[in-house]
Amino acid sequence: MAWTRKFLRVDLTNGTCKAEPLNMQWAQEYLGQRGLATKYFVEEVDPKVDPLAPENKLIMTTGPLTGTPVSTGGRYSVVTKGALTGAIACSNSGGYFGAELKFAGWDMIIFEGKSPKPVYLSIEDDKAELLDASHLWGKTVFQTEETIKKTHQDPQIRVSSIGRSGENGVMFACIVNDLHRAAGRSGVGTVMGSKNLKAVAVRGKNGSGGSVKDPKAFMAATQAAKKVLADNAVTGQGLPTYGTQVLMNVINEMGALPTRNHRDVQFEDARKISGEAMHEKRPTDGKTHLVTNAACFGCTIACGRISRIDETHFSVVNKPEYWGASGGLEYEAAWALGAANGVGDLEALQYVNVLCNEDGFDPITFGATVAAAMELYDLGILTKEQIGMEAPFGSAKALVELAQMTAQGIGFGKELGLGSARLCAKYGRPELSMGVKKQEFPAYDSRGIQGMGLGYATSNRGACHLRAYTVASEVLGIPVKTDPLVTEGKADLVKAFQDATSVFDSAGVCAFTTFAWSLADLQPQLDAACEGGWTMEKLALLGERIWNMERLFNNAAGFTAKDDDLPPRLKTEPAKTGPAKGLVNGIDKMRPEYYTARGWTPEGVPTKETLARLGL
Amino acid sequence: MQKSLHMDANKCTGCLQCEMACSYENYGVFNISKSRIKVFNFEHEGRKVPYTCTQCAEAWCMNACPVDAIRIDAGTGAKVVHEDVCVGCKVCTIACPFGTVNYVADSGKVQKCDLCGGDPACASACPTGAITYVDADWTGLDKMRQWAGKTDTQPRAAA
Repeated sequence: MAWTRKFLRVDLTNGTCKAEPLNMQWAQEYLGQRGLATKYFVEEVDPKVDPLAPENKLIMTTGPLTGTPVSTGGRYSVVTKGALTGAIACSNSGGYFGAELKFAGWDMIIFEGKSPKPVYLSIEDDKAELLDASHLWGKTVFQTEETIKKTHQDPQIRVSSIGRSGENGVMFACIVNDLHRAAGRSGVGTVMGSKNLKAVAVRGKNGSGGSVKDPKAFMAATQAAKKVLADNAVTGQGLPTYGTQVLMNVINEMGALPTRNHRDVQFEDARKISGEAMHEKRPTDGKTHLVTNAACFGCTIACGRISRIDETHFSVVNKPEYWGASGGLEYEAAWALGAANGVGDLEALQYVNVLCNEDGFDPITFGATVAAAMELYDLGILTKEQIGMEAPFGSAKALVELAQMTAQGIGFGKELGLGSARLCAKYGRPELSMGVKKQEFPAYDSRGIQGMGLGYATSNRGACHLRAYTVASEVLGIPVKTDPLVTEGKADLVKAFQDATSVFDSAGVCAFTTFAWSLADLQPQLDAACEGGWTMEKLALLGERIWNMERLFNNAAGFTAKDDDLPPRLKTEPAKTGPAKGLVNGIDKMRPEYYTARGWTPEGVPTKETLARLGL
Repeated sequence: MQKSLHMDANKCTGCLQCEMACSYENYGVFNISKSRIKVFNFEHEGRKVPYTCTQCAEAWCMNACPVDAIRIDAGTGAKVVHEDVCVGCKVCTIACPFGTVNYVADSGKVQKCDLCGGDPACASACPTGAITYVDADWTGLDKMRQWAGKTDTQPRAAA
């Protein structure tokens, strides 16, 4: 159904909802989802705005392929100025919510202002209204979704909401949809909470807002592309069987599994928290941790994990509400909650992961913040009294208690809610925060995978693996194998991944398709669905245009080349073990090469020629 | 040969490609609310179950219809709703023990699976083989084989 050609503007201050036509000129230049919503955002919002001020806006947005039979065509994104980072944020989520929004007839929703009291947005096809959410405030994501479905007597409503974290000002709050899919990073849920917006509930029976340009060609193109996914070893076998957790042992072997706040690059208990371990029968109950795999809307890969926590595990004793099947563990969460803290207890990690879903906070930033706190404790800078417990590296008990405190917004949980950058700064050791632009690293140590260091440093939303997943090339050999231990050629590699990913993120499909699909696989699907002649050339330029647009916003917000850097640990403390032993990350060598490749000045500013070439 | 839709819920991932294929085949739109096959998600059990009409041999919906709007397709054996005859009385929805005949407010008629004339779009669209279109006489074969596989065939110790 490509674009529905209309979006909803919700003025939270005045309590109004109104339909506006989509700017189709911009749709031709920015496609949809990440690109198009960011275009609206940068046109409407002052880059200097305080992320938590009413003047910040928050956009929930679909792509032209969202809600179609394209494989993985169920994605939606949240675009705003991130609470955690102060940079442009775009967090992408699967599940069913995005497709439902499209079926209701909306390409996106722009939220502006701040509601005087807690509200939720209810959408049933063309009808949209803000409803009182005072009875939902203080409730978890799980309770909110259940209550809304009961209130409206419709189990098929799809809900995106914040938990208590988003209400309590946890700086890395998520927006969670369909119980366990999340627009996870950069504190987009914190922004939602600051607007007194608890949830968005959507029911779409229209499915008629716009139409695919050439249905016959479109169905043929989607069929061919699905076959490419099914025939690929990663998307056809690895991901359905082990999920993203297929990576735990692989990355550990590479010597690129950040461990104990990046002190080490290999974790002695990696196997215990791996995808393989999730398939093994537990001695306690004879059951496997993993119950099944699961797909998001339209996805023919089905990498999602659904697991069940051991009922006898200390974290859930006498808590039957946690004994059912629930989402997780995915690799990033398993790493951040596990290896990053030296915790090798799979059941504890899944319990904490469920808390992250239940109250809506990002397990990557949370886990990495606990890691920073554990290092501060190890160094004697934080005491048992301050934290409220002993918190050595490796303590599953501390991890579990700290997660509960963060979810509830009590005790030391309030300080963890700051994220590692603000926490470490507060205690006088800012260099111990492992991240870029106040956002924590994901699960790849850039001493062992050099390109990821450049990707982290230059990511427009702060440290992130989903802007330039050079792991594909440096580890898996997709599309070509590059040496993970060298810096040569990584500037061009990172740029190519950044630009291509911008296109996929703007189309309405999942980044994981790129293990099997190149732009050449996406192009015929887009071209059959969307008017405008979507050639490879047009797409390549589109990706680069989006990247530079985001960069211009960040530069105007006050970011400079100094912010495109890694913490000193990764530049001065060599990896102690594994294939990367003795190496640090070569960011200072790669950065200038990257600026040149991008057509930017040595200060990281796009030149006039570059902007003219991209039509910016 | 008569064929049946066969559902193996263990293989279902909940992607809803079947629901999109059904709505596209029957209404020319991607709109899962119009789908005649539904996937139900039992969250806390980690189970997703596709479900639609089984085309009962003794079809109570057909027997209950007061205006003879549900008739057997000679080619497929499907019980097919003839919309031009249906008066939307909903008696068939009460008669069906499985709830797989549904009223559609937009049209004022009921809808149910008609096997797409012998080439069910849901089965073609299913990426995991959870929905297949098989020889009706062999319905259940997979399950039978599964249980047969558990039979103890170790050689007996000599008496």
